[in-house]
Amino acid sequence: MAVIQVKRKPLSLAERTYLPQIAGGLWTTLKYFFGPAETLQYPEERPAIPPGYRGVPTLVMDPNGREKCVSCQLCEFVCPPKAIRITPGSVAGGKGIDNVEKAPQAFDIDMLRCIYCGLCEEVCPEEAIFLQNQYSMSGYSRAEMVNHKDRLYELGGTLPDKHFKWEAKKAAEQGAGGHH
Amino acid sequence: MSDFFFGLPVLVQAVIKGLAVVLFIFPVAAACSMAERKVSAWIQRRPGPNRTIPPFLAGIPGMGILQRLGLFQLAADGGKFFFKEEPLPDHVHKFYFVLAPFIAMIPAFTTVTVVPFGAYLDPAGRVVPLVLANVDIGILAIFAVASLGVYSLILAGWASNSKYPFLGGVRASAQLISYELSMTLSVLPVFLWVNEPGSAGSLSLARVVEFQSRAGFWGGTWFLFTMPVSALIFMVALFAETNRQPFDMPESEADLVGGFHTEYGAFKWSLFFVAEYANMIVGSSVFALLFLGGWNLLPWLPLSALLEGLHRVTGSALWLLPAVAGLLSTLIFIAKVLLTIFFFMWVRWTVPRFRYDQVMRIGWKILLPLSIANLVAYTIGIYFLQG
Repeated sequence: MAVIQVKRKPLSLAERTYLPQIAGGLWTTLKYFFGPAETLQYPEERPAIPPGYRGVPTLVMDPNGREKCVSCQLCEFVCPPKAIRITPGSVAGGKGIDNVEKAPQAFDIDMLRCIYCGLCEEVCPEEAIFLQNQYSMSGYSRAEMVNHKDRLYELGGTLPDKHFKWEAKKAAEQGAGGHH
Repeated sequence: MSDFFFGLPVLVQAVIKGLAVVLFIFPVAAACSMAERKVSAWIQRRPGPNRTIPPFLAGIPGMGILQRLGLFQLAADGGKFFFKEEPLPDHVHKFYFVLAPFIAMIPAFTTVTVVPFGAYLDPAGRVVPLVLANVDIGILAIFAVASLGVYSLILAGWASNSKYPFLGGVRASAQLISYELSMTLSVLPVFLWVNEPGSAGSLSLARVVEFQSRAGFWGGTWFLFTMPVSALIFMVALFAETNRQPFDMPESEADLVGGFHTEYGAFKWSLFFVAEYANMIVGSSVFALLFLGGWNLLPWLPLSALLEGLHRVTGSALWLLPAVAGLLSTLIFIAKVLLTIFFFMWVRWTVPRFRYDQVMRIGWKILLPLSIANLVAYTIGIYFLQG
């Protein structure tokens, strides 16, 4: 290991008498004294959340208001702390969702377990689960800290679809005459 | 009104004046703790305590300002001490442990008696200082009694019977001895100058202010300008004597947990706190009297000239009333004291704590020789000036 000898500069007279240095420090703190506060008054003022923030995981709907999750359970499998529990269910079908076979009957995320790693968002083939900008979770009991499906959709809302995966696929199918 | 007051027996007058001063010092000392928090917050660019408000006052307009200044927080913090359990650890010497905080209060409130805090003009036009005990030994009494304050720290440190308070007590005594000398030596030139040949000798603080409010350029100059080195040494020693940062050795939270008051809690702890701020108030008062011209508003503008000027400008005879003069001079003096206390806080949140060996080095190797040299230089100067 290389040893680096650091030359310590001898202190000047002004430094040794402390006083000019203290006066400089006082001037700095005086400027801060009259400066604006840097802190936020938290519950009333909230910080601006940057894009890509990994907050509480939520389920989102597509721009047409349809449920995106098809309960493939990939997120449940990938989740390192096993915070996600999905009970798959079948879908009766209907207009607009005739291609979908499954949807979650129950979708629980235990926020006492979640480590906000974002692997569920990363693994989701349907882009149905997103870690959004909500950062404060509180509750009076363990049961309250489990987000159920309706709560997850309430938190998630509708996100603009960036890729229109299925629409693009359908358009490609129709345009190319049945080939994928 | 004033006739009625002066018609009272002297003892009753003294009790009333004493109560008035104590009733002023105690809340101001407490308010200083909130000011400390606010100043620290503003210097660190925080808002500081600004949320506490009793619900029944929340609707009143104008209360928001008091809320943001943390005044209700102060009341809540103070009130809390009366309802807290008084913990008394098993291993302490109980009698001395309980005694120490009360001893801390005694010098803090005793020194106030000889500090003149205002003045009024009697019918003959002479300036009469407002002071609880206008004794000739003024500054000597303050030094004598104020140095007793360290006994409470030593007693607290020893009676707590545990290592951190003990170390804090030892440091307090060492620091006091180191800085008491320089402090006393630094004010000697002031009194050498004030006690001109031919005048009756006096160590009264009112005399010093009187000296700073004479006519002429040199007469009206504050001692801060004529004796900057004395003022500096006195200020530094004052920081050390009141155990303020950067000479926070007895307490030094970082290495001694809480220093001498580690084992204390609740009301007894708050007594130490109030005593510290009361000491600061007295120390700042003495500094204002000695070096900042006492109750004179500006240098070269003594109180009597100020009142006369106000009388001439406004045409109102109100300014010549003794009560108005007393009130005005007291307000000017309090403003100076509060500014000095702000300086204390400002320094505390700027300068880090000195190491223990640095404190000793500054005290013995720098301040003491400097104060002796200062005394010798001014003695020779005053000899040629007045001799």
